[in-house]
Amino acid sequence: MKNARTPPGSGASWLREEARLGWALALPALATIALVAVFPILWTFWESLHLHDLRMPWLGRPFVGAANYAEAFGDPRFRSALGHTGVFMTAAVTLELGAGLLVALALDRVSRGRGMVRTAVLLPWAIPTVVAALIWRFMFESPAGLASAALVRLGAAPPTWFADALAAWIPLVLADVWKTTPFVALLLLAGLQNIDKALYEAADVDGAGRWRQFTAITLPLLRPALLVAFLFRALDAFRVFDVVYVMTGGGPGTATEPVALYTFSTLLQNLRFGFGSALSVIVFVVAFFFALASIRVLGRGAFLDGPA
Amino acid sequence: MASITLDQVSKTYPNGQTAARDLTIEIGDGELLVLVGPSGSGKSTVLRLVAGLELPTAGRILIDGRDVTAVPPQRRDLAMVFQSYALYPHKSVRENLAFGLRVRRVDAAEIDARVRLAAATLGIEALLDRKPAQLSGGQRQRVALGRAIVREPKAFLLDEPLSNLDPLLRVATRTELGLLHRRLAATMVYVTHDQEEAMTLGTRVAVMRNGAIEQIGPALALFRRPANTFVAGFVGSPAMNLWPGACRRLDGRARVASAVCSIDLDEAGQSVPDGAELVAGVRPHDIDLTSDGDVTGRVEIVEPLGPVTLVHLRVAGLPGEFVRVIVPSDARIGVDDQARFRIRRDRLHLFDGRTGRRLN
Amino acid sequence: MTLGATARTTARRWARPVATGLLVAAILFPLYWAALSSLTPENRLFAAPALVPRELVLDHYRALFRERDFWTPVRNSLVVAGATTVLSVVLGTVCAYALARLRFRGKAVMLAFVLAVSMFPQISIVSPLYLLLRELRLLNTYPGLVLPYLTFAMPLTIWLLVGFFRQLPAELEEAGLMDGAGRLQTLWAIVLPLSWPGIATTAILTFLYSWNEFLFALSFTLGPERHTVPVAITLFRGQYQVPWGQILAAAVVATAPVAAIVLAAQRRIVAGLTSGAVKG
Ligand SMILES: Nc1ncnc2c1ncn2[C@@H]1O[C@H](COP(=O)(O)OP(=O)(O)O)[C@@H](O)[C@H]1O
Ligand SMILES: [Mg+2]
Repeated sequence: MKNARTPPGSGASWLREEARLGWALALPALATIALVAVFPILWTFWESLHLHDLRMPWLGRPFVGAANYAEAFGDPRFRSALGHTGVFMTAAVTLELGAGLLVALALDRVSRGRGMVRTAVLLPWAIPTVVAALIWRFMFESPAGLASAALVRLGAAPPTWFADALAAWIPLVLADVWKTTPFVALLLLAGLQNIDKALYEAADVDGAGRWRQFTAITLPLLRPALLVAFLFRALDAFRVFDVVYVMTGGGPGTATEPVALYTFSTLLQNLRFGFGSALSVIVFVVAFFFALASIRVLGRGAFLDGPA
Repeated sequence: MASITLDQVSKTYPNGQTAARDLTIEIGDGELLVLVGPSGSGKSTVLRLVAGLELPTAGRILIDGRDVTAVPPQRRDLAMVFQSYALYPHKSVRENLAFGLRVRRVDAAEIDARVRLAAATLGIEALLDRKPAQLSGGQRQRVALGRAIVREPKAFLLDEPLSNLDPLLRVATRTELGLLHRRLAATMVYVTHDQEEAMTLGTRVAVMRNGAIEQIGPALALFRRPANTFVAGFVGSPAMNLWPGACRRLDGRARVASAVCSIDLDEAGQSVPDGAELVAGVRPHDIDLTSDGDVTGRVEIVEPLGPVTLVHLRVAGLPGEFVRVIVPSDARIGVDDQARFRIRRDRLHLFDGRTGRRLN
Repeated sequence: MTLGATARTTARRWARPVATGLLVAAILFPLYWAALSSLTPENRLFAAPALVPRELVLDHYRALFRERDFWTPVRNSLVVAGATTVLSVVLGTVCAYALARLRFRGKAVMLAFVLAVSMFPQISIVSPLYLLLRELRLLNTYPGLVLPYLTFAMPLTIWLLVGFFRQLPAELEEAGLMDGAGRLQTLWAIVLPLSWPGIATTAILTFLYSWNEFLFALSFTLGPERHTVPVAITLFRGQYQVPWGQILAAAVVATAPVAAIVLAAQRRIVAGLTSGAVKG
């Protein structure tokens, strides 16, 4: 009886109208993304199943199945590139989170000249990565660059930075830390400023010392921000390219070559598109897991309506 | 102007919250209906359903008999005054008023005339070139009203339009709103959580709780014959005394037996089935302090309200609550006095103890 | 006793500003050093580094623009970053509005999709984009850079603007609807005029990311006539040695617009960065 008086789907029409408008507005951008990002990634995958060498066009583009992947995992240069990427990620992300936390704590206390400080902190983040890398390379030039000169003055023997398979990591990591710590610091600062200051007052009343307050209040409440910063930085460090390309070119030899750089030279210097695509897919899959983790961390809320 | 009908309308939000339960309401042409209820009871939802800003999960909404459930808000020709006023911050007052007419492609001369008229009606001519940020709360409220009346819509929907004003201004604006309603002969649905506002404004008042309408009717009818304990407790200030009890037969006569009182129902002309659980309700105005009253209590709080005085009494057998009594302001009564009082038999409200429904 | 206490409070009063000042100095030092060196004669670049210069020359800048024609990469970067910004902000704004406000199914999935794409490693799509652009004869052209740039610029703008639109009070739009304006009219007459701070922030960030991009520019440009600033700088070669003076002068030139933007809009940038929690 009741159903008879409530026509099914009544009123749905204007929601449908709104939905249609929604799609119409969203589609151009989403279609563009699909065209320039999703379609290519599928193409990469397809390409990775073929032998495709632009220097040997007479070979054609035969389907080879998983052969490129087999080659990749058997390739010592790729495996060491993975290792280099891991080393770089670990060193850079650890230092960036540590330094970022310190800078954020310092900035949280700044009352005067906040704008100036913020500008100073933003500058390294905002300049082109290659510019940052060049500046640091200049400072670490051997034998007479600033870093070496400073070490000599301190009475130490400076290494030949970029010619040394181990020492070359130092300017690489330092440049990346200098460039990206500001971003981490700003994320963490936003997290710090969300912490209710009354908590510290309560802790003061309870007689908790500074260190105790830090471990009992600041760190736990900063965890979400730390996690977000960690995921973004880890993802970025995994994709590292610009810094290494500019500073060491992966050298000496291939001692500092990360996966992105190896993939790049496979593709655009050796023109081995099939094999290079297989490397690209592997990079993509790893990055995708970071992306999934980030999306989970940001939480469902980020994708539903309501203030972000 | 137009009539509005809600026909078995329900609304469940995507998060599972049901904010309107099978509501059927008819709002006549030119009527001012007030929706009143505690916060969260679904008043705004009903208004937004009528406006078209929300879509009902079931039921129909009709304007002038035409089913508009499927009509989007911009084509329903209703005006809404939001609690936050929602003035366009980047437009001047004049542009705020004119926007709805511009959208309808009314010609410039007429827009100008109508904006002037609306501004004159509300006394905001001097503000026309200001931006909302430069206005006081009361002025913003007027602009929001002006934006509604300038359009001459089919009906006005007002969502707590006075709740952001300070108390004095609120009362004054309330009176003005009543006048405005009469002058425009406009259909209005007015939402408020303030029962006093509801009583003074509404030709008809609907009391909502939990998405359902508890009672709908003329303000005085709600006051005199509340349909259930919720309405009884919500409408009227100070609130009605409600005492749980039962109907007992004593010496062959039915009596309400509660912790506070024992009243002969036959004498009071009421009939209730024997042994029934019930709630007896008495308004503080309907209790008289007398020397031969039927109950005794100790005065705990005395609140002079001006014309009358509200007295809170502690009565043995009703530990958690006070009995509220209104006495003349010249009554000589002080804290810790023992007071005797008598309940007016003909003003007794009886409600079913389990369902809360009115019995008499 | 009192003297010691005064000294201690003075020390405490000054500790914080001094520490902050040191931190700022440390952060800015590499930029200072680069700027200083770009003004130092070539033969003194690696001789006895001094924090305070004795002699400043503009030789490197002169050489940069006279001999190397650094204007070309600057113009290329401006065109590419500008076009990318305009395109993605225009398309991104309407898309973000729909995702933030209109009611339709699949929105959450689309937003997750957008975020996922923003995390794509660029290197993973270099090979197909190269083949695609070669097929379309777009290698070494402006569109051949703008299109790839949209892969990161478009998700970035959408993500930032969705966050921004959600913060606008919905009642303003509802008031627009009640006034009889349709969704599009409301978007145009009410939402957009109120959104320029968010749109400006988004445009600034998009421009910065595009201005700084390196991998795509390196992969899809073939000659100096289409090189962007970052690519041009890295490919500087001298006859006998690395032309550090000119490189650093170019670095300063590449940094200047960025620094100007940061100076002018630091507050907005920080808000945009942290609200959307954008990638670094
Ligand atoms: N958009 C929404 N989504 C989910 N729940 C809502 C929404 N709007 C209101 N509600 C819920 O519906 C109930 C009624 O809300 P509302 O109509 O705003 O009540 P009132 O105006 O009487 O205070 C509340 O419990 C509220 O939390
Ligand atoms: Mg409400």
